[in-house]
Amino acid sequence: MINIENIRNDFPILKRKVHKDKALVYFDNAATTQKPMQVIDSISHYYLHYNSNIHRAVHELAEEATLAYETTRDKIAKFINAKNREEIVFVRGTTEAINLVAYAWGRQNINKDDIVVTTEYEHHSNIVPWQLLTKERGAKLEYIGVDDNGELILDQLNRYLETGKVKLVTFSQMSNVLGTITNSEEIIRRCKKNGVRVLVDGAQSVPHMKVDLQKLDCDFFAFSAHKMLGPTGVGVLWARKELLEAMVPFNGGGDMIREVHKYETTWNDLPYKFEAGTPNIADVIGFGAALDYLDKIGMDKVREHEVEITRYALDKISQIKGIKIYGPMDTAKRGGVISFNLGDIHPHDLATIIDEDGVAIRSGHHCAQVLMERLDVSATSRASFYIYNTKDEVDVFIKSLYRAKELFRI
Amino acid sequence: MSSADIYREIILDYYRNPRNYGKLPNPDVAQRDSNPLCGDELEMHLNIQENKVVDVKFTGKGCAISQASASMLTELIMGKDFEAVKKLSKEDILDNLGLHDLGPARIKCALLSLKVLKSGLYSYLSEKLKDTASADKIKEEASGLY
Ligand SMILES: Cc1ncc(COP(=O)(O)O)c(C=O)c1O
Repeated sequence: MINIENIRNDFPILKRKVHKDKALVYFDNAATTQKPMQVIDSISHYYLHYNSNIHRAVHELAEEATLAYETTRDKIAKFINAKNREEIVFVRGTTEAINLVAYAWGRQNINKDDIVVTTEYEHHSNIVPWQLLTKERGAKLEYIGVDDNGELILDQLNRYLETGKVKLVTFSQMSNVLGTITNSEEIIRRCKKNGVRVLVDGAQSVPHMKVDLQKLDCDFFAFSAHKMLGPTGVGVLWARKELLEAMVPFNGGGDMIREVHKYETTWNDLPYKFEAGTPNIADVIGFGAALDYLDKIGMDKVREHEVEITRYALDKISQIKGIKIYGPMDTAKRGGVISFNLGDIHPHDLATIIDEDGVAIRSGHHCAQVLMERLDVSATSRASFYIYNTKDEVDVFIKSLYRAKELFRI
Repeated sequence: MSSADIYREIILDYYRNPRNYGKLPNPDVAQRDSNPLCGDELEMHLNIQENKVVDVKFTGKGCAISQASASMLTELIMGKDFEAVKKLSKEDILDNLGLHDLGPARIKCALLSLKVLKSGLYSYLSEKLKDTASADKIKEEASGLY
């Protein structure tokens, strides 16, 4: 068991009040998580004591900063069990990582009549870049559908693979709306058999469960620091070394070059070839502190805690008359995300009402309009949990839902 | 303002039983818009004769505030002089709804209907009446509503 009291003490924001005197119940963790003091301190420590640019200067400050920045890369490699540290490219977030692949790999490898396969439960960031790419290349975008239990219909993948035209399959390891944990190993196994590349969007999985890239065996992997206690503006693209080596740079500029002549440039080694310009040094360092924090708790413990909270919340919420819950009810198949609708209360009205009781949830389409269409709703409400959330907070949330029902007279 | 003040009986009634819900067969004005943040959608149809709004209908999807606001707006402008409709302001809409002090996120829901109306009038003024000066003015008002 994790010690919630100790953990909560590391997050000063959890002590603040909202709407004058209501304790904050922060259930919008799928959007972004709160940051512990350890992360906040590491960022200010950098600015206070060794702020400088990295990689080029030889003075002491630059050496310290470079070391701290590069140490985060090592921590990430260990955290996701990547084989090589140079396969880890710092980007702004999951969105940029996917766009980088679409631009730098996609334009070289996706040709006319090729097929890119995504799924109906993707975030817009794993749909729009592929729409742009397939339109530009005269290729086709296809979708693996979602069944009524909120799981992917894998038979459809076989149909696409049989055409022999699929070049890339891309999917999120955990849906940000339904919480569904994708059967990634099975998808990747089928793709490998057919020589098809796979991109995995780990934005919702890496923060909440143990991810082992060497076991997963995908080709590209993307995630964001801010969804796992780290700062905004930092994310990771991991890709197989041989793919990164063959890819063209995404941005041109400083740091990504070996030699620049008037008309000719040679590229720097991996991963620097993809890290043009001064990076987000402070926040990469802050991300390192976030990884340390999660490591200390242990990802198995994180998952265990979320399963317990989610099971408790699912049990309570499903007793409310008029509730419709989306996604699998089995917590073995679901992360700490619960999307729902309550009677005819629109999610925005619901979020407004329960916000008054201090409960912060998300309402809307969650950047997943393709999924909203599939579910035949315009929006859902979504509560999502993390390591600092408690059953008592779930009780506050449930009580608030009953108040919303009363206000709407249902 | 508190939820109890927002979700009064009348707002819920207009949300659940919207007046003037539907489409017109040959509208003089047809305008659609959505709020990209929350996905609220609204389409308004108007018929205008002899400088009067002679018929108006709306369809839409969204929260109680946006849908009640649209329905109440259709009642407000039905039969009204075109000139008066052109002049409707943010305050008129909020007065009509009885909703003041909405937070910045929710005020957009309340004003979506007026934005759609003004955008529709812009097209009508510029394309049908060729009154560029009035059209430009109303376009500016519409874009200032968010
Ligand atoms: C599944 C999934 N993919 C991608 C993203 C985009 O992440 P970011 O906004 O950090 O680039 C998110 C975040 O909302 C997400 O939940």
